[in-house]
Amino acid sequence: MNNSADSSSEAEVSSEFPYLEDESVVAVQRGPEPGGLGGAYRAFGETLRGLKTTFARIVEGPVTIQYPEEKTPVYPRFRGRHKLHRFEDTGLEKCVGCSLCAAACPADCIRVVAAENDPEDRVSAGERYAEIYEINLARCIFCGYCEVACPFDAITMGHEYEIADYNRDDLIFTKEMLLAEPLERTPLRREGE
Amino acid sequence: MTLPFADTNFAEATWILVVKSIVIFAVIFAIVPVLTVVERKVLGRFQARYGPNRVGPYGLMQPLADAVKLVTKEHYRPRNAIPILWPIAPALVVFTGVATLAILPFGDVKDGVGFYGIDVPIGILYFFAFGSIAFYGLLLGGWASGSKYSFLGAMRAAAQLISYEISMGLALLGAIMMAGSLSLVSIVEAQHQVWYILPQFVGFLIFMVAGFAETNRAPFDLPEADAELVAGYGTEYGGMRYGSYAMAEYIEMFVISGVAVTFFLGGWHGPGPGWLDPIWVIVKIFAFLFLFMWIRATLPRVRYDQLMSLGWKVLLPLATLNVLVTAVLVTVT
Repeated sequence: MNNSADSSSEAEVSSEFPYLEDESVVAVQRGPEPGGLGGAYRAFGETLRGLKTTFARIVEGPVTIQYPEEKTPVYPRFRGRHKLHRFEDTGLEKCVGCSLCAAACPADCIRVVAAENDPEDRVSAGERYAEIYEINLARCIFCGYCEVACPFDAITMGHEYEIADYNRDDLIFTKEMLLAEPLERTPLRREGE
Repeated sequence: MTLPFADTNFAEATWILVVKSIVIFAVIFAIVPVLTVVERKVLGRFQARYGPNRVGPYGLMQPLADAVKLVTKEHYRPRNAIPILWPIAPALVVFTGVATLAILPFGDVKDGVGFYGIDVPIGILYFFAFGSIAFYGLLLGGWASGSKYSFLGAMRAAAQLISYEISMGLALLGAIMMAGSLSLVSIVEAQHQVWYILPQFVGFLIFMVAGFAETNRAPFDLPEADAELVAGYGTEYGGMRYGSYAMAEYIEMFVISGVAVTFFLGGWHGPGPGWLDPIWVIVKIFAFLFLFMWIRATLPRVRYDQLMSLGWKVLLPLATLNVLVTAVLVTVT
């Protein structure tokens, strides 16, 4: 009974108005009518305004950074390729081979093999040092957890971002590579820039 | 009362005509590559970037690299393409474009040589005739490709031609009536006091809008419409055949600018000695070409029905009104 009443009312409504009353009808939004002379004048004026806008871009000049010659400056806290550090006075490595960075690494891309320091010929300031320290940059996600985990600030995230290479094997950076100063310094963004 | 035909008082020797046609060819084929790189650079500046700047000093060798790339491309022909018409179409477009250049006056008659290809008595009708044939190039190319996008582009080109050629002719009619001649040289000579852009400003605007449609440039590049039709009539073309279409577009731009300069900006008239005349024409033409690029950088492509309604409902009545008013004024004064 309920059904039949519904269908009859539906038929009633649809004969006058093609939509059900409770159905939400979306009104179509249209732009203003072009209009005769006023519309033409408006179109002409808007065209001129557009021309002014584009010409202002010429006056401003290009904002392009000519990449291979010019580099995008990075922020001081930018997380680029890792760097290993030495003490500046003694020249000893800060890394003591504790492997905390390897433990913290979510991508599991750090490999540390520690060895005992020879007291005659010390490599690091601590009891042990990293005999092998490798970072597989193909897997690294540059999260910076290794930097946070390191108790001696031996590893930090540098600013270098041009790491692309032709071979995956070449992306495994050894300790010597991580200790070396980068050939070219990445420009740093100034305060407030 | 002078006849509305050009009074070409002298006949030039055949060898002069041959030399002139060679010069016109050389000049246009030197200007088109420059135009392509200038357009890309200017467009870049409009979009706050540099544009091509890698090949050669300031990227000026870019057209050379483009040409080498286009020429050495594989010649590919779709299976559905109609054998003879398909390769002819792009050639037709270039041919008509270059042929139209012949009537553009770059200067007066000096030392028995006119600084124009030829001063045809029917003048501007020659331009319209070849402009219509140029559209056959698009139409044939689109139809003979045997692809749906090409065909749609060709249909649009045809409809666009019909809608805009009439307004274009009527827009020029005002200037023709004021000059009392169809010859482009006489029309320029008639502007030695005042350029027709002032008394014929409405005609000038209509001509420019119709000219944008005629050259298939933004915002009326519907036959190409790369957002909807891949590349319209040019979809199936590659290599230098595609290059011909691109080149023809620039030649047509140059021609339309040249006609606009001749009819509304006083052609070779300008301060300075007589030998500066061709320079003035070139400078004015380049100002128009800059306008073409400026508009392209600014306006979005119009919808197809907008294009049609603009042509038939706005430009045509306006152009007719302009012709009527000019006719009355010319008769009264």
